[in-house]
Amino acid sequence: MPSRGQHALLDLESAPAGDQASDGSVAGWRGHRTLPFRVEVRRQLSRRRTQLSLGFLVLLPFLLALAFGIGGDPGQGAPGLVDLATRGAGNFTLFTLFVAVGFLLVVVVSLFCGDTVASEASWSSLRYLLASPVPRGRLLRVKLLVALAYSLFAVVLLPLVAYAVGATFFGTKPIQNTAGTTFGAGEGIGRLVLIVAYIAVGLLFVASLAFLLGVYTDAPLGAVGGAVLLVILSNILDAVTALGSLRNALPTHYSFAWTDALAPDVVGAQMTRGVLWSLGYSIVLLAVAFWHFGRKDIVS
Amino acid sequence: MQRPTGRRGVVLLATGLVVLLAVIVGVVGLTRGGDGPTVRTEVLKVPVGPETGGAAVQLDATLYLPATTPAPAVLLAHGFGGTKGSVQGQAERLAQDGYVVLAYSARGFGASGGLIHVDSPDFEVKDGEALLDLLAARPEVQTDGPGDPRVGVAGASYGGGLALLLAAQDPRVDAIVPQITWNDLSQSLFPQDAVDSMADGVFKRSWAGIFFGVAGADPRTLLPGGPPPTTCGRFAPDVCAAYQQSAEQGTPTPEVLRLLKASTPDLSRITAPTLLLQGQADSLFPLDQALANAEGITAPVKQVWFAGGHDGGVPETDRLDMLTRTWFDRYLRQDGSAEDTRFEVTAPITQALDGSVPRVEIRSAPAYRPTATTVTLRGPEQTILNPAGGSPAALTGLPGAGAVTGALSALGSNPLSSLPGQTAAFQTAPLTEAVQVVGASTVRLAVQSDSGEATLFAKLYDVSADGQATLPEQLVAPLHLTGVQQPTTVTVRLPSVVLDVPAGHSLRLALSSTDQAYAVPTQARTYRVSLADGELSVPTQGTTVLGGGGSTRLLVIGLAVLAALLLVAGLAVLRARRRKGAAPDPELAEVPLAIVGLGKRYQGGYRAVTDLSFRVGPGQVLGLLGPNGAGKTTTLRMLMGLILPTEGHLTVFGHRITPGAAVLSRVGAFVEGPGFLPHLSGRRNLELYWQATGRPEADAHLETALEVAGLGDDVQRKVKNYSQGMRQRLAIAQAMLGLPDLLVLDEPTNGLDPPQIREMREVLSRYAAGGRTVIVSSHLLAEVEQTCTHVVVMHHGKLVAEGEVADLVGSATSLVVDTPDPAAAAAVASGVPGAQDVTVTDTGITLKLLGTPRAELVRALVRGGVDVERLAPQRGLEEAFLALVGES
Repeated sequence: MPSRGQHALLDLESAPAGDQASDGSVAGWRGHRTLPFRVEVRRQLSRRRTQLSLGFLVLLPFLLALAFGIGGDPGQGAPGLVDLATRGAGNFTLFTLFVAVGFLLVVVVSLFCGDTVASEASWSSLRYLLASPVPRGRLLRVKLLVALAYSLFAVVLLPLVAYAVGATFFGTKPIQNTAGTTFGAGEGIGRLVLIVAYIAVGLLFVASLAFLLGVYTDAPLGAVGGAVLLVILSNILDAVTALGSLRNALPTHYSFAWTDALAPDVVGAQMTRGVLWSLGYSIVLLAVAFWHFGRKDIVS
Repeated sequence: MQRPTGRRGVVLLATGLVVLLAVIVGVVGLTRGGDGPTVRTEVLKVPVGPETGGAAVQLDATLYLPATTPAPAVLLAHGFGGTKGSVQGQAERLAQDGYVVLAYSARGFGASGGLIHVDSPDFEVKDGEALLDLLAARPEVQTDGPGDPRVGVAGASYGGGLALLLAAQDPRVDAIVPQITWNDLSQSLFPQDAVDSMADGVFKRSWAGIFFGVAGADPRTLLPGGPPPTTCGRFAPDVCAAYQQSAEQGTPTPEVLRLLKASTPDLSRITAPTLLLQGQADSLFPLDQALANAEGITAPVKQVWFAGGHDGGVPETDRLDMLTRTWFDRYLRQDGSAEDTRFEVTAPITQALDGSVPRVEIRSAPAYRPTATTVTLRGPEQTILNPAGGSPAALTGLPGAGAVTGALSALGSNPLSSLPGQTAAFQTAPLTEAVQVVGASTVRLAVQSDSGEATLFAKLYDVSADGQATLPEQLVAPLHLTGVQQPTTVTVRLPSVVLDVPAGHSLRLALSSTDQAYAVPTQARTYRVSLADGELSVPTQGTTVLGGGGSTRLLVIGLAVLAALLLVAGLAVLRARRRKGAAPDPELAEVPLAIVGLGKRYQGGYRAVTDLSFRVGPGQVLGLLGPNGAGKTTTLRMLMGLILPTEGHLTVFGHRITPGAAVLSRVGAFVEGPGFLPHLSGRRNLELYWQATGRPEADAHLETALEVAGLGDDVQRKVKNYSQGMRQRLAIAQAMLGLPDLLVLDEPTNGLDPPQIREMREVLSRYAAGGRTVIVSSHLLAEVEQTCTHVVVMHHGKLVAEGEVADLVGSATSLVVDTPDPAAAAAVASGVPGAQDVTVTDTGITLKLLGTPRAELVRALVRGGVDVERLAPQRGLEEAFLALVGES
């Protein structure tokens, strides 16, 4: 500490302000104003992992378009979304979602939601936030909302970029489903919006699971990896047909039910179930996360 | 620190995974390995009526006996070309369900004797009656009367036909489940879809060929040394001759029609409740065969149009099994369940994304009662050719080759299904609203042929907006018309299909002159085809999705559960909020920190702090002194609300400390190392930290804090590049942000170099001079001595001593005096009041000084002529402790 200005000395020796609220807080402090949403958004945005994840989601549609460009048009096999992928922007978007939902978006959402608390713990910055003080419930709420906002942004960003890339390379031909039904432009966009909304709600389970693990562990990788691992496990269980209708309760059982939104008339039964299961799991997982965090000894 | 939380999380996760895997293995093992109740089997040779020539016939049968008998029985018949072994799986499942099951190889198949008469009432059906007799005689079979077993009959295709025929012939049958079978064999093999036409049907030659050429072949002829193959295989000579004649002619002979008619059940005599399982992907026995059966039977009938059939499709095996069991449970076991005769139809709702099994839904209606929707077809009269020799011919289905047909329909538009020049097409405008076609559409055509005779194949295509035409299940409706030299109006029944046509799609009617699956005339002909009135009558059936009503219920239940969960969570939050409001203690309002009976036991049982009580007054610089592991850090963490005490409490300015307590906003802390976002600069870290407090920027005194940190320009560098000392100083600066009334610093001088340590002392004393309070923890006695006004000494989690530094340190500290003349020094020092334990060393003396200022000792030594080179406290915490606790 070489030269120190008089200003600093004066500051240090100034008397405490003394005025305080009935809750004992210093003037200017309000529990509900701590850790503002935009501050947390900025904290997360400054992180390399956020930038890389979002950047990759932007890059993916270009890679896919490039792959189709190199590989030529998909062949005339059994028709699937992949064969229709180069039909137009809408189908390209659907294909991009189809390949991303099972794993990529799961990883990205797990990263945003699992890492947010655990990384603060691993940096030890968590204890300074809590002691500053940001009330625990408030901290968790803001962290969750911001992580969910980033997750939602990712889930929306991917189809938006895919649509733009698709429109550039393959034109804006209307969406066609694998059964040959073609949707009008407005209808097609509506279906896409519905699909993206469903995917977002479906991923809420992944988000809640990762968030819960992130609250329990101080290792960000453990939280993210654990959530991805459990999702994979759920998928594996879903493949065990011997489990019968028990599989309906698996959180990933309905992860591709959004294809029902491509039926000539939207078929809602499976998607409704998917939404309900996802919300149910999420409420329980998040409630446990909040309950645990409220009582946890912060030793990180 | 005390708990390796990260590792615990990993262990937890791993344990969870292992448990889950064990559960999977267990569940799979139970469902796979657990074969349910044991089933006994008994192989029987059943003598039945002899062949026409008098040759005795024995049937090869297996009786499956359930665990509990007597029980109702099920007679299981196999499909054409199969044996009793083909139905073994179904037999075992039914037996496990508690039925006595008799599976047998029909006459002319497998190890049974005799010849194939195609479910003739005189042979195969009589055999069925003999098998019922056998069941009635078995003690394991429940009976309705002497010689009358409680029995159901089930079977697919050939076996389904037998179920219908046996039920019509023998009133002892109590329930039947005929699957993918016929109503009228002559209509199935010689279909005629021109309504009211008296002409013979068109020979379905590829299916007939499969029946008579392949499935009826005698397998013994394939063995080396076996009998030579015969043209008739195991068919009865009369059946064989009749078939061969028809196949050669391409038209049915009276003889074959008589034979086929005999194998058509007399539906009016069926009294057994009948479950008809018919497949949509079936060009052999299409849906209208089941419809005709349903219309003819007066007993309770349930029709199920599932997605499979002879051409493949989705087999839905589990569902059909379940339906069969439910049917038998109701009518054989009479379990009292409500009668369910609803019409059920499987509809594909989306095609699989990867081309595998499509997703389906089950729709149901009280009964199949379609209403006709009329759409208008357009198109001029068209002339089409029947090529000489009947070739090339259109390719629609490949009978029996389910996978290939499936691929054809999957292709969507199969260009071979309608050949140019041979096809007339009429199309509707794009439909304004979606139509669900369930059944056979009808249309009226005017047909004229230059030869007076016409063979046509009518097809109904679903055409998407961009022109892709799909032929549902590759089904065609053959027409054979005679006497059509002049344009003649005919009503055509199109194939029965289940088809969702979305709005914007069109329907296309195509009439082709050829089809490879059928015998077509070899004569070159010209047909003129036009629409009679342009009306296409499409059957639609209002349905509800099965489990769809349940879907609303499910939605309600689901939402209720969600609401309940939310309510519980909300209440918990409210309770947690209310709990916070402990009233402040006004007496302690001016006391920066009061600790009362504080104790902390970690979950593992480790006790870090025991019954700790002390107070810190305003303006004090308190040293919290103790060796590593004394409980200092735990105490400070409890002060910050990070760790919850297990006993006692802390108050800061009279307010109880809880996690996130508001009063913590008056506390600045640096505990157990810095915590920064490594990818941000030091300055950015402090800015973001302050923004996270939500307090006005002006209150931060950021520049002051940065001055204290003394990082200079390094404050703009990323924290991850900082040295340990730099991070330390930045963290202390962060603790000082907002100039908190109570500043808590844990081992603040770790990693600082001596000048920085000196500066730090000055900063702290200035800080306290303004009336603020500072708590510094350290394991170095000298540090505390030089920095603090007051001290609390902890050891093993307990308070050992507290008071002013001068008192405690002075009373307890050994001093070292370096001098060239230790002996003289010792003599002088021993004379000073309060000096004890004076010891001579090589370089000087050591002593303890109690109650006397050190200056006095120095003065005495100098006066005594001793050169004092250095006087210092002997630094050694252990020694101080020994002194403080008195070795007790």
